[in-house]
Amino acid sequence: MRLRLSSDAVRLVIPALSLTILLAAVFWLQPRAMSYFGLNLLLNLAVPIALATIAQMFVMAVNDLDLSIGAFVSFVACVTATFLRDAPLVGTLILVSAIGVYALVGVVIHLRNLPSIVVTLGMSFVWAGLAVLMLPAPGGQAPDWVRWLMTAKPPLMPMAIVASIIIAVVAHLIVMRSSLGVLIRGVGGNERSVERAGWSIVAARAAAYGLAGLFAVAAGIALVGLTTSADANIALRYTLLSIAGVILGGGEFTGGRVSPIGAVIGALTLTLAGSFLSFLRISPDWQIGAQGAILIIVLALRLLLNRVEKRGARP
Amino acid sequence: MAKDLTKAVIEIGGARVSFGAVKALDGVTLAVMPGECIGLVGHNGAGKSTIVNVINGGLTPQEGTVASDGERLDRYSITIARARGVRCVFQELSLSPNLSIVENTRIMHRELGGFGWRGRAAHVIEKSLDQVFPNHGISSSQTVGDLSIAERQMVEIAMAFSDAGIAPRLVILDEPTSSLDASLARQMLDHVRRFVAAGGSVIFISHILHEILETSDRIVVMKDGRVVAERPAAEFDHHSLVEAMGSVAREDALHRSARELAAAPVVIRHQAAGLAFTARQGEIVGLAGLAGHGQTDLLLALHASQSNSWWPRSDSLVTFVAGDRRLNGVFELWSILRNFSIASLGDLSRLSLVGTADEAARGGEWKRRIDIRTPDMDNAILSLSGGNQQKVLFARALATRAPVILMDDPMRGVDVGTKQEVYEIIRQEAAKGRTFIWYSTEMDEVRLCDRVYVFRERVITAELAGDAVTEANIITASFEVAAA
Amino acid sequence: MTPLSRLAGKPWIWSWIAAFVVWFATIMVTGGASTLGLSQAAFTFAAFSIIVGIGQMFVITLGPGNIDLSVPATMTLAGTVALKLMNGDNGMIVPGLLVAVLIGLAVGIGNYALIKALRIPPIIATLSMSFIVQSAAIWTNRGLRIKPPSFLADFTTSSTLGVPNVALVALAISLLAWVLLEKTVYGRWISAIGQSMAAARMAGIPVDGARFVTYLLCAVLASLAGYLLACFSGGAALNMGSEYLLMSIAVVVIGGTAVAGGDSNVPGIWGASLFMFLVVSMLNTYGIGAGVRLIMTGLIIISVIMLAGGRRTGMR
Repeated sequence: MRLRLSSDAVRLVIPALSLTILLAAVFWLQPRAMSYFGLNLLLNLAVPIALATIAQMFVMAVNDLDLSIGAFVSFVACVTATFLRDAPLVGTLILVSAIGVYALVGVVIHLRNLPSIVVTLGMSFVWAGLAVLMLPAPGGQAPDWVRWLMTAKPPLMPMAIVASIIIAVVAHLIVMRSSLGVLIRGVGGNERSVERAGWSIVAARAAAYGLAGLFAVAAGIALVGLTTSADANIALRYTLLSIAGVILGGGEFTGGRVSPIGAVIGALTLTLAGSFLSFLRISPDWQIGAQGAILIIVLALRLLLNRVEKRGARP
Repeated sequence: MAKDLTKAVIEIGGARVSFGAVKALDGVTLAVMPGECIGLVGHNGAGKSTIVNVINGGLTPQEGTVASDGERLDRYSITIARARGVRCVFQELSLSPNLSIVENTRIMHRELGGFGWRGRAAHVIEKSLDQVFPNHGISSSQTVGDLSIAERQMVEIAMAFSDAGIAPRLVILDEPTSSLDASLARQMLDHVRRFVAAGGSVIFISHILHEILETSDRIVVMKDGRVVAERPAAEFDHHSLVEAMGSVAREDALHRSARELAAAPVVIRHQAAGLAFTARQGEIVGLAGLAGHGQTDLLLALHASQSNSWWPRSDSLVTFVAGDRRLNGVFELWSILRNFSIASLGDLSRLSLVGTADEAARGGEWKRRIDIRTPDMDNAILSLSGGNQQKVLFARALATRAPVILMDDPMRGVDVGTKQEVYEIIRQEAAKGRTFIWYSTEMDEVRLCDRVYVFRERVITAELAGDAVTEANIITASFEVAAA
Repeated sequence: MTPLSRLAGKPWIWSWIAAFVVWFATIMVTGGASTLGLSQAAFTFAAFSIIVGIGQMFVITLGPGNIDLSVPATMTLAGTVALKLMNGDNGMIVPGLLVAVLIGLAVGIGNYALIKALRIPPIIATLSMSFIVQSAAIWTNRGLRIKPPSFLADFTTSSTLGVPNVALVALAISLLAWVLLEKTVYGRWISAIGQSMAAARMAGIPVDGARFVTYLLCAVLASLAGYLLACFSGGAALNMGSEYLLMSIAVVVIGGTAVAGGDSNVPGIWGASLFMFLVVSMLNTYGIGAGVRLIMTGLIIISVIMLAGGRRTGMR
């Protein structure tokens, strides 16, 4: 009997493999990176990206796409560096209502049957505007506890790795293990039959968007913890990076096929791609290009693997 | 299942449902008693799926009553049906392919929540799978998308029989064995008998007649939205069942005069599993059999083999008339004229600029020829009735120069007057040498054809020509009569 | 139908009305002193959004899921490489233009090749492509900021008979686009594909060919806009395309093109582009900052899609 891997496991193989190869290559080129300090330096910036990628993943699980994540994370970063530091209560209130707005966007998209791309595009202007109102010029300061959290030095493993593992585990529990996660993925997979079984699709979509908002808030806070100050354009790149991270991690655009562990791995891979080039002494100009190339290679590999799998499955 | 055994689980009284001009149900009364398996048979358009939809609460009849356990239910719905233990296995997949079997069980049974639901859901579905298909070899942690079609079907069936708080009382099985092999089908039929013996009820739809004959207690035969025969299964045999499904009386009433076309040149051919397909110049070739048995696939394959998705062809061999207008026929934002002209723009344009005067003239000509009822061809296509939209699609195909016209059951839901007009045009065009390849679910249309291929389980199983194109022959070929 | 009610039925009229209202409100504050200057500036800056927006509009016409995210990267790369090649030499203007167009063609081919070969949604294909193109732009842009040839710099910043030259270029492109969309077989094809790809295929339309050409067209228009913008602003900057990602989509939506595809119009792009610029200058005139402007832009996009989206749900 042939061992048949589940498609979920297969989905994780390529991202895990590409991360391993990339890490091995980095270590080979620069053995000094293989240290507590070196790893932290390499992967530090991956934490907020991983959180943003998980946020995007929730939206993609219900077959939508969020083009406002970058602007939203910037907005959160601005709130964190201003209100959350100076008036923690007001700051918390702002962030909680922002999550509420996210859930509301999900409700509106579902009820009016709107294209998520355009609605979130509009929202990205709104978040960017609010961020500019708060911080017209770069500034602000990270609250001390955030700074402490992001620069903590846990034993054995650097913070970046500990945080990535925690993010992956928490997201895995929510998306893959809980009833709510099953419902959200069910909406992505077969909305009609979920509805026929008596569930509220609006509530599921609102929950997915709300969770996306929650993780995006975490991303913004983590980002400020690393950079110590904020500006209104600090995370605009996250919109595209988060989509790329989900896809790299084995997620798909439609059908509710997502993988939280893969998404975190995808975010790590994207972050490492840049460092890898600099170790190769290739100009950092090509960092973004390398991310694009990795994306294309991984998608091509996946297509190949799917074909082989299909051929094998046929009797 | 300690309910009263003398009261029907579900009783439908005098149900009438019509979709536009089509009467899908024309006064159907059907009572499902506890502890019985009802076999439901009928050819296309008999009303089987409609009555199933009424029973599972998905469709409210325009007239008629629904009662359960002697209690009349005025507001019957899917939720109430589920709460009363009505379960349904559809031909289309109702599971989420991205979820595991356990997770699908969670979705299907809302009452399974709380901490540790995975264990409980696994227990529920595994128990049911073990009961229905002993030694099934399916692990409940597998993702549904990874299962073979047969395994998915098995999970669907087991899901319908599973019990997570609300016990199933009436299970509707719509062609459940279509993708199961003989031994799995046997296991399922045995389980149906066990379930019925324990006091459950089953409505069983199948095109394999011996399954119906040996599993059912009672057989209901439907035709044209009515129940035409209802007797204990023991009083039927293959022959009488086929006979009951057809109507012997009207035979040959509509039959065209036989034409001799054997000498005409072959214009298109196709070879897949089963008999080879050929069509000759000027011929009207019918594709018959139960709906969804591969007829549309043949049309799509013929179309794909003759078209190029990268470069336009002005001399295309085939053109296509859609049956599902919404899905692959009508362009909803456009006017009637644009919908009409889209397939023949090559002939209507110079230097790739559309000649609007030519277009309007051609449109006006066809409006007269097939009598599209609209004051202005520039009106929106959706302002037309369904029948007239269909005429536009016909005009679109006929106005091209393609010698072969593929028709994907285009007359579904079209009124009788329009049908007669279109039949006449088809006859004229065929006489001029055009070939029609016509998939139809309506017997009257199939009998207009010179030659008919009958499909069963995605394969051409019979070829009937001339006087052999009869309802009895088509029904016999559509249903698997011989014992497997 | 009276001409007025016919006009009211056009989807693009609202963006024009909005643009006019904002224009009027701005002039009122300044007492009409800046009428000519404001109008000229509006047409100049709108011209770039118009050229990019028309390309994006053709792509969006192809139906749900079709969008080109590589627009900003293409603009930057085309502007950078063309300036580098021309190196301030008036004699190299035509080769520079050709190179920009070639870059557009290459990006378009790459985009559609990825869509077809990897069978991935256009959004991911164009996203990966944009990463690579953006990197290529960063790489070529290193070093000194090269000035555009003097003739081009003059041309893009001056006017003919009071109309900015870039607006004239945008007008010429718009006329071509309008003919393409409304009068040619290709226009019918992409509209049909946007309404129903399945129906288009069954009607014998060469679906792949038409989509391929559309992605090419979008990338070439983006590279053309990049070429002009680099000359206009006196040199190529790495972030010069970035604001056009969201802008190109926004002007299409506000211009009344159906986001679900199949129904597009060129005039709306003009109204929306003028409006987007005029809102900025109005708020500047009133002394309101960029934050409020962005929020308003977002809310306008959302309200437009909510008004337009409600119409189509009933039809599906």
